[in-house]
Amino acid sequence: MSNGKVLGIDSNLLTIKVDGPVAQNEICHVTHDRSRLLGEVIKIVGDRAYVQIFESTRGLKTGLDVEFSGRMLEVELGPGILSRIYDGLQNDLEAKTGLFLKRGEDTPALDDAKRFEFKPLAKKGDLVVAGDWLGEVLENWIEHKIMVPFAFEGSYTVESIVGPGSRGIRDTIATLKGSDGEIVPVTMVQRWPTKRPIVCYREKPRPFRIMETGVRIIDTFNPLAEGGTGFIPGPFGAGKTVLQHTLSKNAEADLIIVAACGERANEVVELFTEFPELIDPRTGRKLMERTTIICNTSNMPVAAREASVYTAVTIGEYYRQMGLRVLMLADSTSRWAQALREMSNRLEELPGPDAYPMDLPAVISAFYSRAGVVYLNNGRTGSVTFIGTVSPAGGNLKEPVTESTKKAARCFYALSQSRADAKRYPAVDPLESYSKYLEYPEIRDYMSRQLGADWVGMVLDAKNWNQRGKEAYDQINILGDDGVPIEYHTTYWKSETIDSVLMQQDAFDPIDSTCPFDRQQYMLHLVMKVCGGEYKFENLEQVSLYFKRIINALKQMNYSKYKSAEFARYEQELDGIIGERRVSAPAETVQAQ
Amino acid sequence: METQAFQKIYTKISKITKATCTLHAADVANEELAFVAGRHAQVLKILGDEVTLQIFEGTEGLGNDAEVVFTGKAPGIRLSDQMAGRFFNAYGDPIDGGPEIEGEEQEIGGPSVNPVRRIQPSRLIATGVAGIDLNNTLVTGQKIPFFADPDQPYNQIMADVALRAEADKIILGGMGLSNDDYLYYRELFDNAGALDKIISFVNTTDNSPIERLLIPDMALSAAEYFAVRRNQSVLVLLTDMTLYADALAIVGNKMDHIPSKDSMPGSLYSDLAKIYEKAVQFPDGGSITIIAVTTLSGGDITHAIPDNTGYITEGQLFLRKDSDINRVIIDPFRSLSRLKQLIIGKKTREDHPQVMNAAIRLYADAVNAKAKRDNGFELTDYDKRAIRFSYDYSERLLAIDVNVRIDEMLDTAWELFAKYFHKSELTIKQSILDAHWKGE
Repeated sequence: MSNGKVLGIDSNLLTIKVDGPVAQNEICHVTHDRSRLLGEVIKIVGDRAYVQIFESTRGLKTGLDVEFSGRMLEVELGPGILSRIYDGLQNDLEAKTGLFLKRGEDTPALDDAKRFEFKPLAKKGDLVVAGDWLGEVLENWIEHKIMVPFAFEGSYTVESIVGPGSRGIRDTIATLKGSDGEIVPVTMVQRWPTKRPIVCYREKPRPFRIMETGVRIIDTFNPLAEGGTGFIPGPFGAGKTVLQHTLSKNAEADLIIVAACGERANEVVELFTEFPELIDPRTGRKLMERTTIICNTSNMPVAAREASVYTAVTIGEYYRQMGLRVLMLADSTSRWAQALREMSNRLEELPGPDAYPMDLPAVISAFYSRAGVVYLNNGRTGSVTFIGTVSPAGGNLKEPVTESTKKAARCFYALSQSRADAKRYPAVDPLESYSKYLEYPEIRDYMSRQLGADWVGMVLDAKNWNQRGKEAYDQINILGDDGVPIEYHTTYWKSETIDSVLMQQDAFDPIDSTCPFDRQQYMLHLVMKVCGGEYKFENLEQVSLYFKRIINALKQMNYSKYKSAEFARYEQELDGIIGERRVSAPAETVQAQ
Repeated sequence: METQAFQKIYTKISKITKATCTLHAADVANEELAFVAGRHAQVLKILGDEVTLQIFEGTEGLGNDAEVVFTGKAPGIRLSDQMAGRFFNAYGDPIDGGPEIEGEEQEIGGPSVNPVRRIQPSRLIATGVAGIDLNNTLVTGQKIPFFADPDQPYNQIMADVALRAEADKIILGGMGLSNDDYLYYRELFDNAGALDKIISFVNTTDNSPIERLLIPDMALSAAEYFAVRRNQSVLVLLTDMTLYADALAIVGNKMDHIPSKDSMPGSLYSDLAKIYEKAVQFPDGGSITIIAVTTLSGGDITHAIPDNTGYITEGQLFLRKDSDINRVIIDPFRSLSRLKQLIIGKKTREDHPQVMNAAIRLYADAVNAKAKRDNGFELTDYDKRAIRFSYDYSERLLAIDVNVRIDEMLDTAWELFAKYFHKSELTIKQSILDAHWKGE
């Protein structure tokens, strides 16, 4: 491998004179004061390599020795990743000593001393390729597959495989014979470069199922596909992080990977204080058991922010290869883009819009494209679903990171300041936001099968009511309460019913915080029945009073246990209220799809 | 500053800007402290043997033959219990005429706390200001700025808050303070008889703007000393962070960095986060709480400085002059304390969250009613009552010169509810209504 000497230092960018070949994205170590600082090559000119250092560069001098590794930045993959809290470079933060992070202190990603009960899945003589399952161990509660390392090319014959029993993660569990006759040992651990997607699967189809998140404004109105992508832009204080935390608690995924990228440390503290206590309603286990946190908060080294999102997605892809549904959340991708901007600036590249690098849209698209549902070689499916938050400067959605992400992600959950100010949470703007998956025929088919043939039509109908309500409201504001026909008020209040009962949701209420699909289906039918009806009013003051009662009954249903006696009582109350003023049966507004 | 025997002296500067100088020198460390003609300077960039320094005192009158001496270490500060009650400049030297501090010297701008060694903040900071304690309750380990226009009395409010906050230590980091404000703080701290728990690092407008860059690191190094070594609760006041960011922009500009939004450096978010994230609650009881001031231009929070700050801090306190009562209030709509959920109703009285929300909702109704009135529409009886409520609410609770305990604030709110509204108009949970309602 090549060696080099430090020639220049500009914040965390080093210029290094290299004595041999060097590759873009190659990893190197700078030796300083007994510690070894990790860096990554980001530009090469002649014999000079420009390296971003993942640590503080205080005290570094020219002339220091640099060793190049010949490899890209890699993560270590094997049993024992779940429930850990890593930094952006996959150092185990719990294993670090002292209150403060010490420069150059690396801690192992996996616990070598831990033993797992191994169960073979392949047998001697089997023909295998990279990604095929050789065996499995139980990690927390998931069946963690031990696979043919992803870097293996061509096909191999299983030469030997150990029987069931307790094994260490570095023990050889199988030997494989390549087509050239060479025999290679396989352990439970493999390494993989984070910037390279893991593609050991048969095919990557268009997403065809939806992932339940328990959040009505997402599931009902802007559904997220399993293996799909979405993003949440919003000004500060609009509730990005609360929404992401809600998703990480309630989403119907086997595993959650949270990349806390350049955000507040206290928010991560909240995750690892609460998650070990909270129960996953689907499995009855502690939430922390299905969660892995990659934590590179805003005061940790800037260059490692970029690494942290790649580390997270690579771990997600690894578990996808086991046939699991992984949900990855990154908060916030803007901080990562800002890290790219700082570096681009130091490299003296010509800037793009707002001084971001010109290739920002390409970098973001390439990253979002790593999500997806896949058919593995054995025919099973696995998925990585990805939701990123974006922190637009000044809350302006026309800035480069939001615009680039809009091109890449299929769902757009715009958080609006005015909804947040009005305490309408989650503050997802119903008119701005969209899910492209609602247009996918395979998703529509799926929803028709799961939620009934009238589902999509009814959702679109509800969205339309919402828009009509907004238009009516604007007219009322211009012309005054008395200046418009009473129907304008009725339309507005019907849309308020949809907004208050379906679009708003109390993330801090034990029952309302998560709403499964059957319940969403029930409530949408009920609310649309209210909206479809015609009502008789003598004066406009009656309208708001009447609908406030309807909304109250429906909201009380949201706060009650589904199908409980209390729930039924409020529904009865609702029927009573509807009966008071309804002049016609609800029209069959929704035709079958 | 004394030169020592082994130190090499350079006397040939090749380039001087308003904030930086460049020279050829060997064996220089990144971020090392140097002296240029006796002025404090720090290494910003090295390329081969060409070294660029930022000169904190500025470069006025600096000759290209000035003596440059490198100290071999990063800027530091002497830390000890003797700091209590003292005033220092941006370099950590006393400016109150008192003796030098004895203690071990420590680098400023040190490493970050390992996030897994933090604990969730959970201790109330009572300030007596209802706009804060009632609506935007603060917690130890929190970081929060005042967003205020330059003509508002933010320094006075911050000083009041600090003195009432029952912290073990209060550390003031003054950046670009006017001399008048500096003297105001000195006198206030003296008169409060609390001088022994206050430490001040001050850069006034008489000093160079680049010096300000050292102030937060100095103040926070001192804070870490008392929070970690002495397990004390430390309150750090930073005023004015907008002037700090301006100094960053000056240096970036002289270094030919490409500016991003509002001419601020592209690294502004990280630079500010490094400061604010020093706020922490340690498991052993020590804590650092940061209350800062970010001055706005005409209330514009979309400018890069308040915008980046808002994404970093745990809320903001927005000052606004209320023309109804002719006093400055803490705006209940635009202010936010993200950590209040951790304590309200738990460490404070059980009715706190409901009372807070109900009062703000009613205040919002009053704002709508006023808009209706201004547009010439007729007001309902409820509208009129809401407007009358809003005057009392501003006067007795939102105004920043109110100083009462939280229980009294809650009682005042209940009293106003009963005065203007019916029980059913409050939408407060029945059990809480039954326990606290002051009407019949």
